[in-house]
Amino acid sequence: MPAELETVERVRRIDVDQYRYGFETIIESEKAPKGLSEDTVRFISEKKNEPAWMLEWRLEAFRRWQTMQEPTWARVDYPKIDYQDLYYYAAPKKKPELASLDEVDPEILKTYEKLGIPLREQEILAGVVRPEGERRVAVDAVFDSVSVATTFQKELKQAGVIFMPISEAIREHPDLVKKYLGSVVPTSDNFFATLNSAVFSDGSFVYVPPGVRCPMELSTYFRINERNTGQFERTLIIADKGAYVSYLEGCTAPQRDENQLHAAVVELVAHDDAEIKYSTVQNWYPGNSEGKGGVYNFVTKRGDCRGRNSKISWTQVETGSAITWKYPSCILRGDNSRGEFYSIAISNGYQQVDSGTKMIHLGKNTTSRIISKGIAAGKSQNTYRGLVSAHRKALGARNFTACDSLLIGDKCGAHTVPYVEAKNASALFEHEATTSKISEDVLFYCVQRGLSQEEAVGLVVNGFVKDVLQQLPMEFAVEAQKLISISLEGSVG
Amino acid sequence: MNVAVVKPTPERALGELFATARDRLPGSGIVSEVREAAFAEFAKRGLPNRRVEEWKYTDLRALLREVAPLAAAPDQAALAKAATAVAALDVIDAYKLVLVDGVFAPKLSDVSALEAGVRLNTLSEVLEDRDNKVRGDLLLTNATSDVMVSLNAAMATDGFVLNVDDNVALKKPIHIVHVATQTGTAAFTRSLLRVGKGAQATLVESFAAAAGAQTYQVHDAVVVWVGDDAQVQHVRLVEDSHDASNVSTAIVTLGAKTQFNSFNLTSGSVLSRYQGFLRFGGEHANATINGVNLLKDRQHGDTTLVLDHAVPHCDSREVFRAVVDDRAHSVFQGRINVHPDAQKTDARMMTRALLLSDEAEADNKPELEIFADDVQCGHGATTGALDESLLFYLRARGLSEKEAQALLIQAFVGEAMESIADEQLRELAIATAERWLAARG
Repeated sequence: MPAELETVERVRRIDVDQYRYGFETIIESEKAPKGLSEDTVRFISEKKNEPAWMLEWRLEAFRRWQTMQEPTWARVDYPKIDYQDLYYYAAPKKKPELASLDEVDPEILKTYEKLGIPLREQEILAGVVRPEGERRVAVDAVFDSVSVATTFQKELKQAGVIFMPISEAIREHPDLVKKYLGSVVPTSDNFFATLNSAVFSDGSFVYVPPGVRCPMELSTYFRINERNTGQFERTLIIADKGAYVSYLEGCTAPQRDENQLHAAVVELVAHDDAEIKYSTVQNWYPGNSEGKGGVYNFVTKRGDCRGRNSKISWTQVETGSAITWKYPSCILRGDNSRGEFYSIAISNGYQQVDSGTKMIHLGKNTTSRIISKGIAAGKSQNTYRGLVSAHRKALGARNFTACDSLLIGDKCGAHTVPYVEAKNASALFEHEATTSKISEDVLFYCVQRGLSQEEAVGLVVNGFVKDVLQQLPMEFAVEAQKLISISLEGSVG
Repeated sequence: MNVAVVKPTPERALGELFATARDRLPGSGIVSEVREAAFAEFAKRGLPNRRVEEWKYTDLRALLREVAPLAAAPDQAALAKAATAVAALDVIDAYKLVLVDGVFAPKLSDVSALEAGVRLNTLSEVLEDRDNKVRGDLLLTNATSDVMVSLNAAMATDGFVLNVDDNVALKKPIHIVHVATQTGTAAFTRSLLRVGKGAQATLVESFAAAAGAQTYQVHDAVVVWVGDDAQVQHVRLVEDSHDASNVSTAIVTLGAKTQFNSFNLTSGSVLSRYQGFLRFGGEHANATINGVNLLKDRQHGDTTLVLDHAVPHCDSREVFRAVVDDRAHSVFQGRINVHPDAQKTDARMMTRALLLSDEAEADNKPELEIFADDVQCGHGATTGALDESLLFYLRARGLSEKEAQALLIQAFVGEAMESIADEQLRELAIATAERWLAARG
């Protein structure tokens, strides 16, 4: 069955505002007392069994956060968040130390099974189409505030790759963590990043040693389950000289009437000749068709191309969340370094997306490329906000930006807010943006050849986002393609 | 003994400025009330700084620091100096209206043969007219809440109120000439032009300095209403002295089936900001808004355009070019708003910057804000240096480096000038650009 037809089939089985991952796992959990104070920070640090320097780092961030104001410049509108009315830590109750996966609460394993995330190594069957044989993905599964399982650890260890929950890395590799944590996104960076620095609970830590090509895709799967809980994960990926790693991130949350807060920080560091490819399929619960509920997604993602000839590539498919506030950026510090940003942002219902990127050219002959595809349907608002800047010393900086928006329906909005700043003559920047709707002629052509209206829209949209989909690893590309059609369901006609 | 010198804050200096200028400002009663309110608004918010998004790249608090005291009304000597400057600009055949240091100079103007169907008053005259119930409205606008427009309303000393009756096609352009003769003072002017249904008019604005005038400030606003089926051309040439500042605003409202064609060229002023607010008020209107910034030394030139597509079936085209040399800084901010019901909007914006020096800076912010689905909107922005291969081609054919550059620059800015329909005005714009190139050496 062709992919489009399959998509439409899948969509038919689902109601307009039904979210595939909206189920809740009933499980006993342990939470920090509600609200945020120094005690909460101490509680989290203690739960994680952290060394004193880490606690001090958190407390400093917390003190700073108290003096900061929530940013209001983004084109998103949401009721004021009461930061004292949230749980900052929730963990499934477990036995003190887990020896193997068998000891993980079966409910959690079932949850990941339902989500289609393989946690048992023998059952790894990720991806749908697999022409070039066996491909494996190592998964770190984060459930609310803790990492419940990390697969393929042994094999990765053989290659010298460190892939573990960040809470473990703080204990086991304190030197690495100390050296890199907060070096790309400092604790004082912005309101949400500072909050994250104070209360982050878990996330992934990846270190790829010099000259190592990570033998498999690494992946983290985030799940918010608990009610009224914020998820604050922190990811730190370091590719040492000449290393390569591809990292995938997925996220879902149960369907709830109230809004859930998610404020993550992702830091990437690429040394000389290293490459990091970071792909995200963000599918947090977007709220129902009346705009009730959904996840507030305030994320700070930044990559630092620290070394010469380094490369960082961000690919994101954003279909979920009630509010998205997210700007994966690249600091092109090393000479000849390269930054890439490929994004598909789809909004439907009452979703509000304010997303984009920053490419900051500091080194010589640095290049960057931005391809952003925004699709707005229903009553949603979809904004691309981006910055391309060339420092005075960034001789030969080169950027190409294309951001296209597609509007489906007359109640939605698509906005483009690019900032292009060139501070030296040898910088060559090109930027183009278009906004349009699906051409009636194209739809007519498809319908005339026997496609239904919905199939035709699916076809056009998939063509519209093709440039970005091609950048995704195979396992994600198939999933993302389906996700796109599901997100747009109900917007046609 | 050290005595701490207390610098007055810009706002305080300005408060004093308004207090001392108040007696000189034309209009009483309702006009005074409007001025007071406008000034209070300004005093509350102060000069825009980089924390104000619309002024992100042009921080007036840092660049302008403070608003200069109001220029004194010109005396005979000033008028004589101004006459020379006006004569130099007197290359087009037009109805000439001259403002010297913000005050109408009838002797330098040429309105004797004004056509039938055109009514001309000075702003001060209308503001002083106690029988005019709506005179306070001349200083109000709902097109923008920009604080510099409020300041202009509070301080405007003179300008023109022009009315072109329905179906009148003006034979000659109206040319408003702003001349500064003083050093270190500020002039505040405001002009209003209403073009009737089916009428045709051309408005030219020139900004220049008389010999010896330095570090002065120009604060100007023009408000234009274009009636249904009317056609209006608008050309601005800013050639202020190289240490002057120019903060100008154009507020334009277009009726149905209108044609509006605007061109701005800035080559003068150490600090300039031209902000245009254009609103489509009737269907099937068509607007072309082009601009060129030619900047060198430490000049800072900002062009900010906001287009409001409030109704369906309107087209807009924007072409902007910046040539930036030495340590100059060019800013272009273009915003296209498409309102929810403005279907079939066709809006295009293209901005390009040419950097001639490694210390030059160009910032572009082309924004789209779209709430209607059946539209075609696009923008493009590029920044770069002159093409080496093109330069080589010309050099190989015997042109000097400077000649080759000049040729390429002319072609680069020429694209934005093509839209000027009136040949004599196009020539004027080209001549201005050539003067700039010649001065580059």
